[in-house]
Amino acid sequence: MADAHAALTRLQFRDPERAAALVRALHRVTAEVRREPVAIMHVCGSHEQAIARFGLRAVFPRSLDVIMGPGCPVCITDLPEVDEAVALARQGIRLATYADMLKVRGSALSLADVQAEGARIDVVYSITQAVALARKTPSEPLVFFATGFETTAVATAAVILGDPPPNLSVLSAHKYIPPVMAIVSEMPDTRVEGFLAAGHAATITGWGIYEAFVARHRKPVVVAGFEPLDILAGLVRLVELVRDAAPEVANMYPRCVTKEGNLQAQQQLWRVFRPIGGRWRGIAHVPNGNLRLRDEWAGVDARRRFEIDVASLWDTAPPALVQQCICGDIMAGIASPRDCALFGRECLPDSAVGACMVSSEGTCRIWHQYGGHPDLAALPVDPYARRA
Amino acid sequence: MSHTSLEERIALKHGAGGRAMRALIEQVLLDGIAPGSWIGADAMDDGAAIRVGEQWLVVTTDSHVVQPAFFPGGDIGRLAVCGTVNDLAMMGATEPLGLTCAMVLEEGFSRESLLAIHASMRQACAEAGTTIVTGDTKVMGRGEVDGIVVNTTGVALTPAIVRDAGLQPGDRIIVTGTIGDHGLAVTAARHKLGIEGTLQSDVAPINGLARAAIAAAAAGGITAMKDPTRGGLASALHEMAAKSRVGIVLEDRAIPISDAVRGAAELLGIDPLHVANEGKAVIGVRAGEADAVLRALRGHALGRDAAIVGTCVAERPGLLVLDTGFGRRLVAEPEGEPLPRIC
Ligand code: SF4
Ligand code: SF4
Repeated sequence: MADAHAALTRLQFRDPERAAALVRALHRVTAEVRREPVAIMHVCGSHEQAIARFGLRAVFPRSLDVIMGPGCPVCITDLPEVDEAVALARQGIRLATYADMLKVRGSALSLADVQAEGARIDVVYSITQAVALARKTPSEPLVFFATGFETTAVATAAVILGDPPPNLSVLSAHKYIPPVMAIVSEMPDTRVEGFLAAGHAATITGWGIYEAFVARHRKPVVVAGFEPLDILAGLVRLVELVRDAAPEVANMYPRCVTKEGNLQAQQQLWRVFRPIGGRWRGIAHVPNGNLRLRDEWAGVDARRRFEIDVASLWDTAPPALVQQCICGDIMAGIASPRDCALFGRECLPDSAVGACMVSSEGTCRIWHQYGGHPDLAALPVDPYARRA
Repeated sequence: MSHTSLEERIALKHGAGGRAMRALIEQVLLDGIAPGSWIGADAMDDGAAIRVGEQWLVVTTDSHVVQPAFFPGGDIGRLAVCGTVNDLAMMGATEPLGLTCAMVLEEGFSRESLLAIHASMRQACAEAGTTIVTGDTKVMGRGEVDGIVVNTTGVALTPAIVRDAGLQPGDRIIVTGTIGDHGLAVTAARHKLGIEGTLQSDVAPINGLARAAIAAAAAGGITAMKDPTRGGLASALHEMAAKSRVGIVLEDRAIPISDAVRGAAELLGIDPLHVANEGKAVIGVRAGEADAVLRALRGHALGRDAAIVGTCVAERPGLLVLDTGFGRRLVAEPEGEPLPRIC
């Protein structure tokens, strides 16, 4: 486990005085756009997490609409992909995956449902743990249900390239972020005028990858980190670019992100995976948005090693409640959790109806945890006798 | 099914100190208990108080389970004594007359561990100025109980009861020291996260500390008191805010948190506000008394890091607003044990 010291040094990016100055700047540049609302989108669950956790929405200008895009890998893993994992588990194949994936429902069932029926599913923190599990029981096949964006896909690729145990296979539901921004930009009634791109994905891909997108779609992209100051500084820069009608890429996370990115990681990624089109739950078909194993790795690919009987799930009907879930609209940015009748009632973090309530980066979960976007800045209190 | 109704079977979250546990107590365990005659379970305070002449007899009981039974900074024996002493103290009864102790052991439990647990119970009693006056021991078969369960009951007399529901707008909220220490130390030890070295449970009897606070305030100056155990500061303040019908604005930066806890919480994606404490109190005081109480707390060995962390407001009754220094947000009531982030 990484040491707590590294975590502590992150805290230096949490200086409230500098934040206050950035908030003032954000109000100023947003006003300078002279048109409202200004709508921007971030495509990263970690950004939403930080915005919510630090209560930043309470200080954003009212005329700035910060829309949460398809940024959580748990939420966007689509029904057929979950169904494949569920079917495999039901067929008696042992599975390992991240805890959040257990609670996400496919077309009818979740992995937690089949686990309750007796299917063997191990929760792991990383693919390395799955490798260790596979080594422990070499005579038994183990499938790692691999989800996540390019950041986690790189870890999967490294394992596949590194001589994995022969009983381990990978069921890849990995996703690749850059193409989804094009999809959002091309949506006919999109209001999005610029993107805040995820810093951690960019450490791998490099910020240069967004240049083609900007050239084509004429919308600015700002790469930003995850501390409050990173986010505020990123937003200021992004609104400046919107104000100046300057479609360019700005890297506001230079301490981690370079133009080229991590070439070795990219090489590993593309040696193992090829991008194919596929649906992202709640969004749309995303060309090149899904990462699948190349033919070369057929021996590790669960889709080729096993006959996955997805049809066996078709006679199970989804629970009636699921029909009321509006996750898709929420992820597309046209509804908020408040619009869902189940929010905070039938749908809670430990009895999630929809995917958005499962992951710590899901919109419904974040709203549940941090209270959504109530107008808290206006509280008529000066409560603190500030003292040492 | 609404969120306050119960499922057919008891789940772990029903013991985690949050909303699910309150629903369980309200709907099952309190069913049929007549309210009014005494301050007690119906008020869902930490214990019950029965009038005896001019005084109140305060009674509280608690069963303790913890995995692992020995953790950095303490063990289940110390926890069982402190938990009960502190529950009494939080109602203003800071001089426990005595405790009872009932143990359920799993067949095969080591004698050496039992002796160590006993020794630490005696030590904790000495610190609290009380003794165990009677006990009972049962042994169950392997697998019928997880190692050891310790139940303690405590009684104490007090001239005046402190409730957890007396907050009014303008009152200050004080915490008596750093938060999150116990829960993170236990979580790190349980999941063997390799960061235990720096984390220590704060488990301690705080009746002396509570006595110092009560003595420092004018009569009625302390309006509410609670120990933020399961569910942490967030759960304790939610309950106090809801019962008192006030909103509470917390200032994040004023909340004392040790570097070890801050680092570990950040690493694990756990909110320290949701993490259990076993040697801390949250105290609501009238604004005018806040400085005197704070001084008294800081003069006590267990209260050196005491701090004023928030203020009660008339707006948003029942809600907890956190001023992060960057903005403001609500703090949710915890739902079950916080788990390390899987990422
Ligand atoms: S609250 Fe639950 S049911 Fe409603 S949209 Fe969100 S995840 Fe779906
Ligand atoms: S927090 Fe959950 S959703 Fe986010 S990356 Fe980790 S496992 Fe995936």
